[in-house]
Amino acid sequence: MRNLFALLSGLLFGAGLLLSGLADPAKVLAFLDISGVVNGHWDPSLMLVMGGALGVYLPVFLLWVKPRMARNQGPVLDSQYHLPSKTRIDGPLIVGAALFGLGWGMLGICPGPAVVNLASLDPMALAFMATMVLGAYLGRLISRMIARRLPGPVEA
Amino acid sequence: MFSSLAIALCGGLLIGLAASLLLVVNGRIAGISGIISGALWRRGTDLFGWQFYFLAGLLLSGLLLAEPLKAWLAIEPVVLSERGIAAPTLLLSALLVGLGCSLGNGCTSGHGICGIGRLSPRSIAATLVFMLVGVIAAVLLN
Repeated sequence: MRNLFALLSGLLFGAGLLLSGLADPAKVLAFLDISGVVNGHWDPSLMLVMGGALGVYLPVFLLWVKPRMARNQGPVLDSQYHLPSKTRIDGPLIVGAALFGLGWGMLGICPGPAVVNLASLDPMALAFMATMVLGAYLGRLISRMIARRLPGPVEA
Repeated sequence: MFSSLAIALCGGLLIGLAASLLLVVNGRIAGISGIISGALWRRGTDLFGWQFYFLAGLLLSGLLLAEPLKAWLAIEPVVLSERGIAAPTLLLSALLVGLGCSLGNGCTSGHGICGIGRLSPRSIAATLVFMLVGVIAAVLLN
């Protein structure tokens, strides 16, 4: 049952990415390239994507999930919420976010659209996915190296 | 212009709905990079965890919606080979995206939607950084 809802969520998420234009790298670049503001080519529509998504997620979290967590109630189909436990704004977070921003700003493809666009079975989409996974693996290795050097509890 | 803004808003609402569903029903964060990592390197007993089903749903959306979106809204399926992208650029971008999300524990969906949606300072910081660097990269490289 949980897997069925995961499938449904993935399906809706992908539909949202396709509909919003986030799956189209050209549209993403037209948003990120703010030099377009001057010459009139800037595409602001992706702001509405994030706004729309947060417009649903934020109230759901604040009005439903947070009160339930406070009462020690879990989600509908599980005994507890699985939320990230890290809270510190640390070096790896900032460096990682910057590297991701650089890669994203180069082509306009982030992980969600990378998966959705695999449906085209295009060799370049497959190459992007494979290389992205390789990058993620390297990131795991680096994170482990950092974890070994630093004292204190570090989650996997 | 108006219709494209309205369609983008609908897409955003749908993404928010999908992420909310996963949180409310399964108690999970809809961060795509984390879900991919979880599917590949999860230390669990069952071979196909929920992450596989979520990713299958994402993939399925691309397969099922290509034709209707083209017919109804003139949204063409994205074929990267037709965009004239140089192979080294593609590979470098993909490597940076994978590495960055892994080091930074999240991408646009995990930090930008689910993280900000929980008012997590860590995710707000990550989103500000990747948006800023993304804008700089897009401006300089285009």
